Amino acid sequence: MDFALNKEQLMIQQMVREFAQNEIEPIVAEYEAEGRFPEEIIKRLGEIGILGMTVPKELGGGGCDTVSYTCAIEEISRACASTGIAVSVNNSLACFPLLTFGTDEQKAEFLTPIANGSSLGAFGLTEPSAGSDAAMQQTVAVRDGDDYVINGIKHFITNATVAEVYIVFAMEDKSKGTRGITTFILKKGDPGFTFGTIEDKLGIRASIQAELVFEDCRIPASRMLGQSGKGFKIAMMTLDVGRIGVASQALGIAQASLDRSIQFANEREQFGKPIGRLGAIQEAVANMATDIEAARMLVRYAAWCKDMGKPFSKEAAMAKLFASETAMASATKAIQIHGGYGYIKDYPVERYFRDAKITEIYEGTSEIQRLVIALNVLSGK
Amino acid sequence: MNIVVLIKQVPDTTDVKIDPRTGTLIREGVPSIINPDDKHALEEGLRIREKFGGTVTVLSMGPPQAEDALMEARAMGADTTVLVSDRAFAGSDTLATSYALARSVLTTGEWDIVLGGRQAIDGDTAQIGPQTAELLGVPQVTYCIEIEIAEDGRSVTAKRALEDGYEVIETKLPALFTVIKDINEPRYPSIRGIVNVCRDCDVQTWNAKDIGASKKMIGLDGSPTQVARTFAPEPKGEGLILEGPPEQTTKELVKHLREKNVVRVR
Repeated sequence: MDFALNKEQLMIQQMVREFAQNEIEPIVAEYEAEGRFPEEIIKRLGEIGILGMTVPKELGGGGCDTVSYTCAIEEISRACASTGIAVSVNNSLACFPLLTFGTDEQKAEFLTPIANGSSLGAFGLTEPSAGSDAAMQQTVAVRDGDDYVINGIKHFITNATVAEVYIVFAMEDKSKGTRGITTFILKKGDPGFTFGTIEDKLGIRASIQAELVFEDCRIPASRMLGQSGKGFKIAMMTLDVGRIGVASQALGIAQASLDRSIQFANEREQFGKPIGRLGAIQEAVANMATDIEAARMLVRYAAWCKDMGKPFSKEAAMAKLFASETAMASATKAIQIHGGYGYIKDYPVERYFRDAKITEIYEGTSEIQRLVIALNVLSGK
Repeated sequence: MNIVVLIKQVPDTTDVKIDPRTGTLIREGVPSIINPDDKHALEEGLRIREKFGGTVTVLSMGPPQAEDALMEARAMGADTTVLVSDRAFAGSDTLATSYALARSVLTTGEWDIVLGGRQAIDGDTAQIGPQTAELLGVPQVTYCIEIEIAEDGRSVTAKRALEDGYEVIETKLPALFTVIKDINEPRYPSIRGIVNVCRDCDVQTWNAKDIGASKKMIGLDGSPTQVARTFAPEPKGEGLILEGPPEQTTKELVKHLREKNVVRVR
């Protein structure tokens, strides 16, 4: 058993850490305050291969493993959770299904540009009436000769307006239930495909979540991803990978909360000494540090399982559940350690608190993670 | 254009501790990095290659662990990396080191331009560049903030940053240039670059014999410098330096003043 990162993983972690600290950290407060998407940062991350990290090199990606990917998302999110999710969605929810289920032609046309940083991808599963109950797809796809015609609305879609490629799920045959759902590849500019409301959110304010609106949107049948009726399976497999990304994002927020708490506890003096010498603060910091280390082990283990070709659905759910709840608890504690300073916007911990909450919700709420874990455990897996 | 870049692996800290008993640097627990100025030299080399074609060869003299710095250089885009390492080099001062580096440059074969950082953050001597140029018998331009190579790839106009202004120098290649950090913004290694170097690593190692070094010129024998004593000066009271754009540092400053209860902001 070896818990150490290998040379390649360490170099990737170090490089992304430097990028995040030097290029992202100094501007994040401004972007978050204005709710402005960090387009330039994403472009630069694309140039160094962060947008298609695990995609093979010959398809335009970086060719690294999933463990390295978790290190990168953690480091990016430690500086900016909004950038973290934009990158995670592209890697996990757009590149992964194209790589796994796409034809060679589809990979060349849609995967390579989003893996090599030329453009971004998005994932359209969630609908107003289909959240945790993702099978309740109201968006419909009707075959018409060599085309499909899509009608419906997707909402809360990360990267919506800034993406070029969209993995979209639609009901093809309602009578078949989840087996009636099919996956399609949409492009920005497809006739009948527009954007609706852009959400105004509590946290991750520099990232974009918006509606995808399809009104008699006609696309060639060659845009079907995988087989007809296999959409739900594709969605569930993709979300397993996505959860590793969100877990890494949560880990980054938790680590940032700890970083700032340590700094503050050592600098802030009350009762004639740094507050880090007070038992109450020590207990808080010790608990945070321990939970974060445990979360990191779960995240890397889930990634390792994926890299080894082992099943990782349960492991990804556990990592996502524990890391996101750790992020929320750590950010809450970080504010408490900062006292009044934690509550004002001069310090970043109030942002970590607002950002942490979403990690317990998107790509499967904590309740859904527990459901996934329970179903796995109860069936002996 | 065959470009040779000299880099050094140094401890990553601006407040290196010195062992009060031995007077040497305490390197334990301090991560190692490519010397910052040298990273700018490497970036300049990569940019020259992008414009004129050719190869970038990176040389580093140091212990086996300096291979990490060379791997990073490779991940950034260097074509060839060579670690110049031999027990016989132990105890080399800047003259003996410059000799070994000059021999190494000659060993690379045909070369047009040698680039290095102004100075290393651990030793701060700024002697390696000039001495290496002298030993190679080529012109040197130090403290470069701009290096413009003419279309014909032969003559170079370089701008030097001096304390009281700039100096523009024209010279012919081959020549050696040392650069300062304002010359460029070094690129980050790419994921692909890191994966390539880690899975297919070919850092070569040259020993004293490989570079045809004379024994008298290297190690303690080749080092006229005698270090009488090194010591850490008495530390001043702890201060706080805020860095960044004025809008940001002002905010930070106000934050600190508020925290210390020096001012109140209404």
